[in-house]
Amino acid sequence: MFRRIALIATVAVGSVVAVAQAQEQTDPNVVARQSLMRLNAYNIGVLGSMAQGRMEYDAARASAAATSLYHLSLVDQSRMWPPGSDTSSIENTRALPALWDNMDDVMMRGMALRTAAEDMMNAAGTDLASLQGAIGALGASCGGCHRAYRQPD
Amino acid sequence: MRKLAGLCLGLGLAGLAAFWLLTRPASLSPQTLAAFAVYSADAQRGEAVFWAAGCAGCHAAPGLEMDASAEDRMRLGGGTRFETPFGTFRAPNVSMHPTQGIGGWSFQEFARAVMLGVSPEGLHYYPAFPYASYVLARPGDIADLWAFWQTLPAVDTPSEPHDLGFPFTLRRGLGLWKLLNLPSGFVLADSDDQQVMRGRYLVEGLGHCAECHTSRDGFGGLRRENWLSGAANPSGRGRIPTLPPQGWSGLDITAYLQSGFTPEFDVVGGAMADVVASISRLPSEDRNAIAAYLLAFRSSPSR
Repeated sequence: MFRRIALIATVAVGSVVAVAQAQEQTDPNVVARQSLMRLNAYNIGVLGSMAQGRMEYDAARASAAATSLYHLSLVDQSRMWPPGSDTSSIENTRALPALWDNMDDVMMRGMALRTAAEDMMNAAGTDLASLQGAIGALGASCGGCHRAYRQPD
Repeated sequence: MRKLAGLCLGLGLAGLAAFWLLTRPASLSPQTLAAFAVYSADAQRGEAVFWAAGCAGCHAAPGLEMDASAEDRMRLGGGTRFETPFGTFRAPNVSMHPTQGIGGWSFQEFARAVMLGVSPEGLHYYPAFPYASYVLARPGDIADLWAFWQTLPAVDTPSEPHDLGFPFTLRRGLGLWKLLNLPSGFVLADSDDQQVMRGRYLVEGLGHCAECHTSRDGFGGLRRENWLSGAANPSGRGRIPTLPPQGWSGLDITAYLQSGFTPEFDVVGGAMADVVASISRLPSEDRNAIAAYLLAFRSSPSR
């Protein structure tokens, strides 16, 4: 009897998980911007890990990550932020409506990220100290948008 | 009948008198005053208290850039808005300006405001000002903080009034809130681990982490039984996470508080961005202590 209840419970939990997964983001524009953020983090991860001493400094690897990041900052995002894809309109996004009300500021911050990524690209392959000198501005350029336009979890 | 009316009036007056007594704004205790009397304050130590207590997070100008200088964060003209279920609070000017700010205050007025949430005029402050955490501050730290405050610039931005609905406009009632919600001690029990105890002081006291990371009851009091277990965002959408986040190591916590990078190399945002801007300016031993506290707290047997 107990096993049967356990089995039913397991199946029930499994279905809930499946439903939750089915509710994941399907708007390709939103999927694209979230994927872009993940790719940014993936490359910043290499640079940040080296800056924090969690990963041994490797000039070639750091340079490759920084170059990738710079190219990611050039990606055309013009279709990734359609109106009506904010937290009050759809599920599974943390992009606040304020982002759409302040597009000029958002564009300016996007350019700031590009500049910071370019500086990192020029610094990362030189030595660890140069990488560490550029990581703060890079993080600040990400944080500039996250602070104003991203809701907490 | 006349007797009944008299009794009602009597009870009513007694109730009013009790309310008036219970909600009386507190004064600094003789122990605190005695501690001040023998303490020699130091502005340099006060700067560390300033960053630990996150004063700039609310009172610096709204919308400072992430890489704003320490000097910009020390210009305490206020103006940041906090939308809450009780109404909109506006951080006041607490710069050293003699009329727009608090430049005309005495040290004891400052200490009473920070540690007890009472203004120089004897009015209760709203607990959006986190005195329910600062009440745990050591008197010496407040003296150091005031010494540091004297060195900060005067800013002439006028303070804007809060915009609250009735009955929250009646400050006297906050005396009852204080009776119910001002803590008499720390949540985590005493231990011999000095690092954890330093972290406890920073997290539960000066750093006032629980003010956002702990859920509140209908009257805005912290549910201390759910200490640091996450909460609805007190000012806007979304949720404030549980501390420490699941799976984070001590290094993950200190790296985040120093750089804003999560272990996945996401970057801090929202109000926490301003917290990191302050906490990152503390000595690294203090960030290590915060991490030690959070890990000790969550792994203690009762959690």
